Amino acid sequence: MTELASDLLYSEIENDLRASVREVLDDKAPWTSVLAGIEKDEPYDAGLWRTVAAQLGCAGLPVPEDLGGAGATWRETAVVMEELGRFAAPVPFLTSSVVATAALLTAGERELLARLAAGERIAVLAVPFSTVPGAVADTVRVADGTLIGEVTSVADGMAADVLLVPAGGGLYAVDAADARRTAVTSLDMTRRLADVAFSGAPATRVAEGGDAVRRALLTGAAMLASEQLGLAERCLDDTVAYVKTRYQFGRPVGSYQGLKHRLADLWTSITQARAVARHAASCVAADDADTPIAVAVAQAHCSAVALKAAEECVQMHGGIGFTWEHAAHLYLKRAKADAIGLGTPDLHRAALAALVDLPPA
Amino acid sequence: MSTAQPDTDELSRRVGGFLAAHDPSAMEPLEFLRARFDAGLAWVHYPEGLGGLGAPRHLQAAVDRRFAKAGAPTNRPERIGIGLGMAAPTILAFGTEEQKRRFLRPLWTGEEPWCQLFSEPGAGSDLAALATRAVRDGDAWTVSGQKVWTSMAHEARWAILVTRTDPDVPKHRGMTYFVCDMTAPGVEVRPLRQITGEAEFNEVFLTDVRIPDEHRLGDVGQGWRVSTTTLMNERVAIGGNAAPRESGMIGVVAALWRDRPELRTPGLHDAVLRAWVETEAARLTGARLRQQLTAGQPGPEGSGAKLAFAKLNQEVSGLELELLGEDGLRYDDWTMRRPTEVDFTRRSPGYRYLRAKGNSIEGGTSEILRNIIAERVLGLPGEIRVDKDVPWKDLPR
Repeated sequence: MTELASDLLYSEIENDLRASVREVLDDKAPWTSVLAGIEKDEPYDAGLWRTVAAQLGCAGLPVPEDLGGAGATWRETAVVMEELGRFAAPVPFLTSSVVATAALLTAGERELLARLAAGERIAVLAVPFSTVPGAVADTVRVADGTLIGEVTSVADGMAADVLLVPAGGGLYAVDAADARRTAVTSLDMTRRLADVAFSGAPATRVAEGGDAVRRALLTGAAMLASEQLGLAERCLDDTVAYVKTRYQFGRPVGSYQGLKHRLADLWTSITQARAVARHAASCVAADDADTPIAVAVAQAHCSAVALKAAEECVQMHGGIGFTWEHAAHLYLKRAKADAIGLGTPDLHRAALAALVDLPPA
Repeated sequence: MSTAQPDTDELSRRVGGFLAAHDPSAMEPLEFLRARFDAGLAWVHYPEGLGGLGAPRHLQAAVDRRFAKAGAPTNRPERIGIGLGMAAPTILAFGTEEQKRRFLRPLWTGEEPWCQLFSEPGAGSDLAALATRAVRDGDAWTVSGQKVWTSMAHEARWAILVTRTDPDVPKHRGMTYFVCDMTAPGVEVRPLRQITGEAEFNEVFLTDVRIPDEHRLGDVGQGWRVSTTTLMNERVAIGGNAAPRESGMIGVVAALWRDRPELRTPGLHDAVLRAWVETEAARLTGARLRQQLTAGQPGPEGSGAKLAFAKLNQEVSGLELELLGEDGLRYDDWTMRRPTEVDFTRRSPGYRYLRAKGNSIEGGTSEILRNIIAERVLGLPGEIRVDKDVPWKDLPR
């Protein structure tokens, strides 16, 4: 019997990276700023994005140095995702620095990749955010080197400079200015959607076949699990802090077993989510054959944990947790959108059924 | 103390030297084990002269692997877990030099099995409420009372025992800890039959049992502190390797799903997949915990692992019975047996379902574990203790 190949711990470098990202987010993305941001017209926090992507160099983490990146791996990227999840940070990191970057890396594209890695450009994969890896709908067709069709619910679609569009059995890059984009009032206004229409948009083919898109979504789903982990931890931390100081019936409400036991269960679930998310990140980083199973498990598991954490956060804050002027709803909306994003737990369980030979009835 | 702590290389050299001088295939197993203990290779983190070398604890796994590879006999740790995991660390922490020399070697070799006399019918989660009385009588103590849930009592040579020595002070202060000779007059062991039909455990009745004062562990009145050491060690021992995927109960359910298509329904499919995911999450969590220990970064995650394990076992075993439908109505055997090990996979689905009910009660109920996590890990306020300053004899019971 061999020990698991994945390293599920954090390296010193990863801990240092976490500390620098958190320092920036503490300073530039307190929940009050995130809350104020969701009522503005800007589709994302451009100032925060410049700091995280370009100054800290997070956008290029998984990109090799000779392609203009930092030459780290998806493991370090996952740590950044945890921190961004903690803050429900309104930046296009998942969409541009993870999903689009993974697509371009797989495709062997260099020019746009280098600009994404430098944080100079934002690209997003033009699929509905709810798309589960391996199930991209064909809604855009190619005509004379241009694209025609529509894609709904594209995450960070308004933030994008470039849209990467699956069409005609390949992947096309389209200047966002050549598409008609409509901002969507989104459940999660910290990661906004857009409906995108192409009517003869000039397009450049950047990949053949479906592999780049499949790998992009699989990598995105793995990294999303780390975002969910960070989000769940934030909900637990905030809730624990609150129930220690909120008094009712002459006692801190956190002294009642009705809350203590649920928080203990939540903490236990989060210890599991950490192991599961680290395993998925390690598998993606090592291009392990176990990746599809690890990702399906991570999404089925971590979606539920983050959602539970956010729902408990609202409930245990009581009345204040139901108000607009409190952070809890930011986490709840992010958690629910994340649970649907890149495939619901049910879709990931269905994927798993095929992968581990547990066929349906 | 000797000079520097032995490192991996030093231990490797010592094991090599020991195996060169002691051929496991040519020696009596017991003689081999005794020699291994005397060479300090039994539990390397113990002190020299007591089976160890004062080495870091995590180096033990490599030593065990070397011995296993050489075909060396083991002390069958699965049968002497209470001695290794609970009695030994307590004796090491609180025993006199004489007690350590007398008890640790035959404990480790398995010559003298141990059991634990802690829980009582009236003291379960609230162990400190226990009522077994020990009364001083010259250089000995006379002990009377009833203990329960004692596994291996019918095979044990010694027991770790906690008693009430002063009923006039609050419960935590009036307790004293002993080593009890299970062959002494007045010790009666009766099997305790459980919901599975078998009897893994015993009730132990103590009637005027004489225990010499030299078998007291720790000071008079210090029994709670000593017991805490025992219980802290209860779940420290964790296996060396990650379980393979689909091992344990989920493997049984997955095989059933694949082999019996006629049992499949959409609802059960979802339930099987959910159980599969949760089992895999628990497996990875265990693997991460081991990686933390190996890296010398122990965390509190272990206390969550037992909680999750109990819930998962109960869910998966219940799912199996439902999946079986008609066959789930049958049971293999209600005969009262005396098993020495719990093996979930070799018995029937009904047994698994019933035995798993014990997982959230034994070794700390899930409710107590949740209190512990909430208070010690999350720092939430403790339970209100109405009995804290009340003499034990005045507590309602």
